[in-house]
Amino acid sequence: MAAGPLLLLLLLLLGAAGPGAAAAAAAGPGPGLGPGAALREELLLRPLPAGDVAAAFQFRTRWDADLRRGAVSHYRLFPKALGQLVAAQGVRELHLALTQGFWRTRSWGQPPLGAPAGAELWVWFQDTVPDVDKAWKELSNILSGIFCASLNFIDSTNTVTPTASFKPLGLANGTDHRLLRYAVLPREVVCTENLTPWKKLLPCGSKAGLAVLLKAERLFHSSYHSQAVHIRPICRDASCLAVSWELRQTLTVVFDSFTSGQGKKDWSLFKMFSRTLTDACPLASESKVYVDISPKNEEKEFLEVTPTPTSVHEAVVQGDKRTYAVYDLLSPSLFNSSRSLNVQLKWKRPQDSQELSTPVLHAQRYVSGYGLQTGEISTLVHNTHPYRAFPVVLLETVPWYLRLYVHTLTVITKGKENKPSYIHYQPAQDRKRPHLLEMLIQLPANSVTKITIQFERALLKWTEYTPDPNHGFYVSPSVLSALVPSVVAMKDVDVEESPLFASLFPSSDGSSYFVRLYTEPLLVNLPTPDFSMPYNVICLTCTVVAVCYGSFYNLLTRTFHVEEPSRGGLAKRLANIIQNLERVCNLQSLPVMRRAGVKNEGH
Amino acid sequence: MGNGAKLPVPLTVLSSSEADAALHALQDASPGSLTVYVVPESSSLLPQGTNVYVGKHRSALVRAGQGLAALRARLQQLTRVMSFTASSIAAALADRVPDGQLGPDARRHLKSSLGYEITFSLLNPDPKSHDVDWDIEGAVNRYVQPVLDKLSVVANFSVDSQILYYAVLGVTPRFDKESSSFLLSAHSLPHVINPVEARLGSSAASLYPVLNFLLYVPERSHSPLYIQDKDGAPVPTNAFHSPRWGGIMVWGPGSASLPLHVDVDMVRVMEVFLAQLRLLFGISREELPPEFQVESPGNEGLADWELDRLLWAHTVENIATVATTLTSLAQLLDQISNIVIKDDVASEVYRAVASVQDAMAELAEGRLRSAFQASKEAVTSSERAFFDPSLLHLLYFPDDQKPLEIPLPGPCIFFIPACL
Repeated sequence: MAAGPLLLLLLLLLGAAGPGAAAAAAAGPGPGLGPGAALREELLLRPLPAGDVAAAFQFRTRWDADLRRGAVSHYRLFPKALGQLVAAQGVRELHLALTQGFWRTRSWGQPPLGAPAGAELWVWFQDTVPDVDKAWKELSNILSGIFCASLNFIDSTNTVTPTASFKPLGLANGTDHRLLRYAVLPREVVCTENLTPWKKLLPCGSKAGLAVLLKAERLFHSSYHSQAVHIRPICRDASCLAVSWELRQTLTVVFDSFTSGQGKKDWSLFKMFSRTLTDACPLASESKVYVDISPKNEEKEFLEVTPTPTSVHEAVVQGDKRTYAVYDLLSPSLFNSSRSLNVQLKWKRPQDSQELSTPVLHAQRYVSGYGLQTGEISTLVHNTHPYRAFPVVLLETVPWYLRLYVHTLTVITKGKENKPSYIHYQPAQDRKRPHLLEMLIQLPANSVTKITIQFERALLKWTEYTPDPNHGFYVSPSVLSALVPSVVAMKDVDVEESPLFASLFPSSDGSSYFVRLYTEPLLVNLPTPDFSMPYNVICLTCTVVAVCYGSFYNLLTRTFHVEEPSRGGLAKRLANIIQNLERVCNLQSLPVMRRAGVKNEGH
Repeated sequence: MGNGAKLPVPLTVLSSSEADAALHALQDASPGSLTVYVVPESSSLLPQGTNVYVGKHRSALVRAGQGLAALRARLQQLTRVMSFTASSIAAALADRVPDGQLGPDARRHLKSSLGYEITFSLLNPDPKSHDVDWDIEGAVNRYVQPVLDKLSVVANFSVDSQILYYAVLGVTPRFDKESSSFLLSAHSLPHVINPVEARLGSSAASLYPVLNFLLYVPERSHSPLYIQDKDGAPVPTNAFHSPRWGGIMVWGPGSASLPLHVDVDMVRVMEVFLAQLRLLFGISREELPPEFQVESPGNEGLADWELDRLLWAHTVENIATVATTLTSLAQLLDQISNIVIKDDVASEVYRAVASVQDAMAELAEGRLRSAFQASKEAVTSSERAFFDPSLLHLLYFPDDQKPLEIPLPGPCIFFIPACL
């Protein structure tokens, strides 16, 4: 067992003590905020190949305080709801993401901050928490109330404790995995009622600064919408003697050129958000808009931005050298010429000549098989780096009603078997726990790795089916975490000086960067009973009983009477028929009366 | 004074407050008790014109008066002030009395609860032009914490504060030309609270009721801002409170426009908030005749006898709550046959009944502290029993599981005798 690369990878994935390690003075707080709180906001606009544009907002509040239990807390910029939650439940780190849509890694590149479709919540608790499961349940219920999302459906059937994929992103004193909980609800839908409480947590609300652009009717008219909240402890300064709390609220949205842009590929803030920027949030110490104008294929410029940016910033982000045009909303010269800022992007060359640059790591997952008894889950992981191999940790969470057969697990690369160096498998318990499968796989350069595992579908109890069982059951997306080698060497970034989008994941080594990818969720049909059967049974039974009852009743109450053969013409026969009918009707309405004797009147 | 202790200084030399403090050292004042010292009519212990001096502990000094009848009248009035009356007990039970029988002042005081959360919020609707700063932490430690320490017998308190930006009042104030200031009239005040409350946030950490104290710094275009009472005169403290919710104060130092950097004077603000806290709890004082003089409680915020009055009211309210809860549970059991009572729920009910009986017995003896503790335990047990989730396990037991075949052959039964 190759413990070497495993330990190296796990140590590098840890990377936790590093965020503030580079020496620099922290950015001073804004005026009048008092000591110990700072707000930074930024917007990153990134044109994607094929004419779409991705906009990523980040709002970061740093609070120099210690959220201990029982201490009286005085909140200024940090929202009181989240601060009380962290203090009361003993949370060390909290990450919640609500996403609608799927980030197409192959066509769009690596996401700035990945998130799986649906709702994802993972939390590291403090080691002083006595009962982690109870705290997890209370936490998910309280968050469900704060964000108006159905996070209260998180219970033991969809919660797992991963051992290698998730490491603390903030300060950590050792990592005991029993303090980590991870859950995904793939069926969760995100809409305006989730956006509104998210916006309420911002200090300026949606009244000033970059948040004025967040209008729901445009944000949800997009291919991909993801909003997230990340809370973690960080070093207060370079010496790391005291702890600050950082709250990052991020929102990523991808506008489709066909649905929003009416086919034209020129973008502007007004076209995307139907608003323009008028000022910065008065409480923010930094408020910037970054536009990605990196040239591709050695061209000088392929994108023109108006108005003229305040400055140009170059950085190495996710292994690529990129150039950004920066608009600083706090600089007085920006709003001199016009009261509002409407950043416009115009393409200089026609779009179709853009080549798609495939990202180094991307993956797909699908279900194959036939019938409703068995099936197979296959994951394809692509490593497109020409000469570097690197390991990747794959985490799969499969619900208990798809019974995995671990002996059928195969990992095949380039036709040969590729044995994972670390496998952690926790089998499911019916109605209690899902399957958890974590593997560390080495991906050779320029290869496709196929991981397959077979499963059998279980039959649920009739009360456990959802109201729409023929829609199918969701399997949560799998998580791939890797340290991807970068083509360009990266400098150590200082959190306070660099843009926010570059500093979420700490990187302790200049030659690789951390990537977390999510695959598609799967939709699997389970053998579904015919729910109309009880109705059918009742109908059939009632019919049979009615027929029996009818015969029995007839037998008990039928009376016989002699009838003279009818003599006479048609009129007489008609009169007979009518009299017979009358007799039958009378007989039915007075069942107990006997009619004896011979028929008579009129003949 | 029957315990034979000696005072260090003869009483006639001291002022009334010093005398009260000295006497307090000699007596053992258990909660709920009241000690009255009767001094001769001509004594100089009480200042001229004062016949009754109410101390801040559980004692009072009364002048003997011209005869026994006058003394009796004074003592009756004194007990009405310092201890509970029929009306104060009726106010405590106001939630259980049907509407028509109560005056307009009923249901004003906070309901008895095991804990309260107090939140101080500073509302700044215009952070661009004002930069407001308040030293809330120091103010809470200096002014609020002593009061809460005194009240800790009654309930658990926790204090929070926050600053909300871009929070506006829902009402547009009217500009008044004569005073060249903006005015909020008394009838528009109820509409102020609702839009603000959406921003205040509910507490994620606990289930206790929240008391909100808001300080609003008006924007530059609407300053100075004053609150008008019903007669049209500006309220001196520029604040109002809403029963069972909290209080709002408008910051207006009186100058024409607020400077760029506003330093809030916490003493003024805390005076108002603490007065509102007393009003919310019902520790307010009624009008007293001029011959009464009441000693100020100082930093602690309330006198011992005021605390006792609160405890009497809360004990009675707790006992009434327990009675109502258990009666409702019994009535529910009669109506719905599907409710499951497990053993632990049953033991909670027994414990609640036992605690209530204890509380009533202690109240009859006059031991206030233990009666209050017993009533708190009774409330906890009865709530735990009533709101236990296991009660409803079988409530929706589906009826289609019961056999269906019985009704169908029913009509056949009528015909069998008909055949015979």
